[in-house]
Amino acid sequence: MMEHVDGNAIAGPLAEFFTFDATMASGRCVGCGTVAELARAMVYRSGAGTVVRCSTCDTVLATLVESGDRAWIGLRGVTAIEVRRTPSEG
Amino acid sequence: MSDAPTAQAVAPSAAPLAVPRSGWHVATVAATHRETPNATRIELDVPGWPGNAAGQHLDVRLTAPDGYQATRSYSIASSGSSTRVVLAVDKLPDGEVSPYLVDDVRAGDMLEVHGPLGAFFVWAPAADTGDHRPVQLIAGGSGVVPLYAMAHAHADASDPTPFRLLYSVRTPDDVYFDDEFATLVDAAAPLQLDVVYTRRAPEGWATAPGRIMREALEAAVFPASERPRVFVCGSTGFVERVADWLVELGHDPRSIRTERYGGA
Ligand SMILES: Cc1cc2nc3c(=O)[nH]c(=O)nc-3n(C[C@H](O)[C@H](O)[C@H](O)COP(=O)(O)OP(=O)(O)OC[C@H]3O[C@@H](n4cnc5c(N)ncnc54)[C@H](O)[C@@H]3O)c2cc1C
Ligand SMILES: [Zn+2]
Repeated sequence: MMEHVDGNAIAGPLAEFFTFDATMASGRCVGCGTVAELARAMVYRSGAGTVVRCSTCDTVLATLVESGDRAWIGLRGVTAIEVRRTPSEG
Repeated sequence: MSDAPTAQAVAPSAAPLAVPRSGWHVATVAATHRETPNATRIELDVPGWPGNAAGQHLDVRLTAPDGYQATRSYSIASSGSSTRVVLAVDKLPDGEVSPYLVDDVRAGDMLEVHGPLGAFFVWAPAADTGDHRPVQLIAGGSGVVPLYAMAHAHADASDPTPFRLLYSVRTPDDVYFDDEFATLVDAAAPLQLDVVYTRRAPEGWATAPGRIMREALEAAVFPASERPRVFVCGSTGFVERVADWLVELGHDPRSIRTERYGGA
């Protein structure tokens, strides 16, 4: 099994999609309903792409593929995204 | 990947780099410095760098002459508004990128970097955040890099928040920022440093070398009753072991922030 890292490790690729730091955004998992910052998710990377899984129930939250001048994101396991409009500490 | 390139193959080409997309910067290596027998500190000059918070990272992208690219994340040891950005990289002997950064990069070389990245694993002075809880830092190996940035920012701000750093390293030779930590421990901002040696301890050290255990962890961190904020960084195995124990010891999972570097 490939070793995972956490959501903060994909702040770079996500910056191609979002104008804010997406790792601080909270997503709701379609599998278990947990709402957590993306930075707390588990990230599995391979040559083929990146899979983001819920750290509570392992459901696939998102997939990311980068190739050449294209990048693609699927958000199949996220039912809602919440962003904080003011900086705040946890 | 069937034809995995060697570290040499991903060395940046001498050809001019394309104009970077937003967030990407062309960095010039200003200086390199052997940090430990296995790691190098790399100081980059990054024109246009907007500054960074303590604990953030950047992505380094290397491009081979044939166009193959490899990107890896590295924590930033420095913080503040400076365009001088400091990294410290540990060499994985069979790695694709780190042997090149540790052994081959020289002053004057150019690298592409993307950042600053990550707003989650950061610390800012209590004066800015209003958060006065004590801060527990826990590092394994190169995982000390972002935590050093936090301890340094804490000292620079003369921040009164109590800080403790528990640092697990293989041997006394493997300590990153050794001299700098000695200075930080004496600074006005309160910092206590506890080092655990996993392979070889200094002469006369009270505890035998070995992996950190739950009891040793409990003894060296702020107790859960003080509701510390906790930052844990290092290899995935280290971070998960420590985070699980912290939760067992009663720490609130919401107050624990982790950064997994991957690997064993
Ligand atoms: C947010 C973030 C910040 C990071 N900051 C730093 C930093 O400040 N300093 C630093 O030295 N590294 C840091 N890393 C790790 C770094 O990104 C690379 O993973 C590391 O340099 C190995 O890259 P490589 O190309 O040499 O090895 P690869 O070719 O990617 O991997 C080679 C082999 O080593 C294993 N491996 C990968 N990473 C590790 C690891 N960390 N420990 C042990 N085995 C591993 C792999 O599973 C593989 O078998 C950070 C990682 C993340 C996600
Ligand atoms: Zn879930």
